[in-house]
Amino acid sequence: MSLAPSEPAPATAAPAGRGTTDRPGRTRPDRRRLLTRTSVPYLLIMPAVLGFAIFKAYPIVASLWISLTTGNGAGRHFTGLDNYQRLLNDPLFWTALKNTALILVVQVPLMLGLALLVALGLDSTKVWLRPLWRLGVFVPSLTGLVAAGVMFSVILNRDAGLLNWVLSLFGIDRVNWLGSPFWARVGVVLVITWHYTGYNAVIYLAGLQGIPQELYEAAKVDGAGPVRRFVSLTLPQLRPILLLTVVLSTIGTLQLFDEPYVLTGGGPDNATLTVTMYLYNNGFKYFDFGYASALAYALALIVAVLGFLQVRLMGERK
Amino acid sequence: MKRRSVLFTLLLAGAFGLCVGPFYWLAMAATQKNSDVFSWPPKLLPGGHLMENLQGLQDSIGLTRVLFNTVLVAGVQTAGAVVVSVLAGYAFAKFEFRGRNLFFVLLLSTLVLPDTVMLIPIFEMMMKLGLIDSYQSVILPGLVTPFGIFLMRQALRSMPDELLDAARVDGAGELRVLWRIVIPVNRPVIAALALFVFLGGWNQFVWPLIALRSPDMYTLPVATATLQGLATTNYAQVLLAAAIAAIPVMALFLVLQRQFISGLLAGATKE
Repeated sequence: MSLAPSEPAPATAAPAGRGTTDRPGRTRPDRRRLLTRTSVPYLLIMPAVLGFAIFKAYPIVASLWISLTTGNGAGRHFTGLDNYQRLLNDPLFWTALKNTALILVVQVPLMLGLALLVALGLDSTKVWLRPLWRLGVFVPSLTGLVAAGVMFSVILNRDAGLLNWVLSLFGIDRVNWLGSPFWARVGVVLVITWHYTGYNAVIYLAGLQGIPQELYEAAKVDGAGPVRRFVSLTLPQLRPILLLTVVLSTIGTLQLFDEPYVLTGGGPDNATLTVTMYLYNNGFKYFDFGYASALAYALALIVAVLGFLQVRLMGERK
Repeated sequence: MKRRSVLFTLLLAGAFGLCVGPFYWLAMAATQKNSDVFSWPPKLLPGGHLMENLQGLQDSIGLTRVLFNTVLVAGVQTAGAVVVSVLAGYAFAKFEFRGRNLFFVLLLSTLVLPDTVMLIPIFEMMMKLGLIDSYQSVILPGLVTPFGIFLMRQALRSMPDELLDAARVDGAGELRVLWRIVIPVNRPVIAALALFVFLGGWNQFVWPLIALRSPDMYTLPVATATLQGLATTNYAQVLLAAAIAAIPVMALFLVLQRQFISGLLAGATKE
């Protein structure tokens, strides 16, 4: 209140000042620029840096250390590479790795192939009702893994599941999804494929729509047929996006946990035990943190090597 | 010409059916009596036992409490992660500072590392802080999302510098520029990011499964998973829980779909 009477004074001075912004303006932006160049960006990234340090950097370093130890809490002691030695001689680790690799090799190409097919359809102007299809195929990727897993554990039920019923309409006998080692793996692959195909298709669609139309016109003029145009024009143009999806899907599948956890519990006969599930069992069922951390690092190493190879093989050719 | 369009349309309609069909079945199964869930042929029409199954879920997992937990965790996580991402994304996009590139690369490299690498140290940290079985334990690790920071940086980079400079010349402080220009101009991407983070928080499973101990604190995915696989499992209830987890986010997506998809694509297609 006491400030109120003083305010009109600067206000009357302001119109004059506005005309000559130059003078006060010159010093103030300078001061502000100083603030900009130095402190402001640091203040802006401070929360991210703090969170990163606590919840990313520290855990990454700490788990490397834990992987070199045995025992928990006060009983933890350094045992060097013992956990890694144990891992190399652990048949269950190899089983889990083999399962993960099998699922990876079948699932990623299957899913990305289907996604590309769907994207080509969605990109074609000759298709009716495109927005509806696009929406529908994207919807599964919104669903959480638990909801999807629960849903499919019933859909894949041998005696009364929806899938076996649909198959029976085509005269196909009941399949023991989830009950036999082979079909359980197939079931897991089906569920992941159902879950993420649409997501990848929408990413591909964006890529397809980014290819300049003139290139296709030119190719047509040169007499290239549809197949030729796809192989020589579409695929090379899509390469960066293909690479992105291959790397992301590989990382995702290598970390596979939720689907088998909910669908099969890793069974039957460990046929769907994945590396991350085995890690979870060791860490949070048996509380063997040292060994679980070694598993995590082994997995990280595999991810890094595979990612590197994929980038080398598929990346820009000079 | 005409034939190809029919073929492609049929192909897409088939894909649509495969993707959406299971949800239809889920919605129907959630309204059946438990004994009718495994009937042959499957029930494909509404069953009239929805209220009974809801009551059952309320008794078995405390549905309202679990929903409250899930919304709280996902909501706070979303608010926090959006603030952190917008601030950091703005710094990365529009400021020069020492360590910018190094920190950015470090941040992105964690996208490639399996999350599982971080589980055990974070678990031990939460134990030491006495935060196991608390909301904080679930919320805190989700506040820094490298993807969100990356997305915001990409989006804010395409904002013209002149716009910001004009505001600065007019005497706006940095906070004011952020609040009055950067955020309003980029509201669609921010909405997409918020939806994305919310989805992640709503659906997250492994970490809450580890961090939460008492049924009172469970989020919906954790509570759903504990219901399953028991000898006494009531599948109509489990499926209803799955439907409750799946259907609201779909509705949210329907409302915001244009922003969401274009936001995701901004992250995916700009290098």
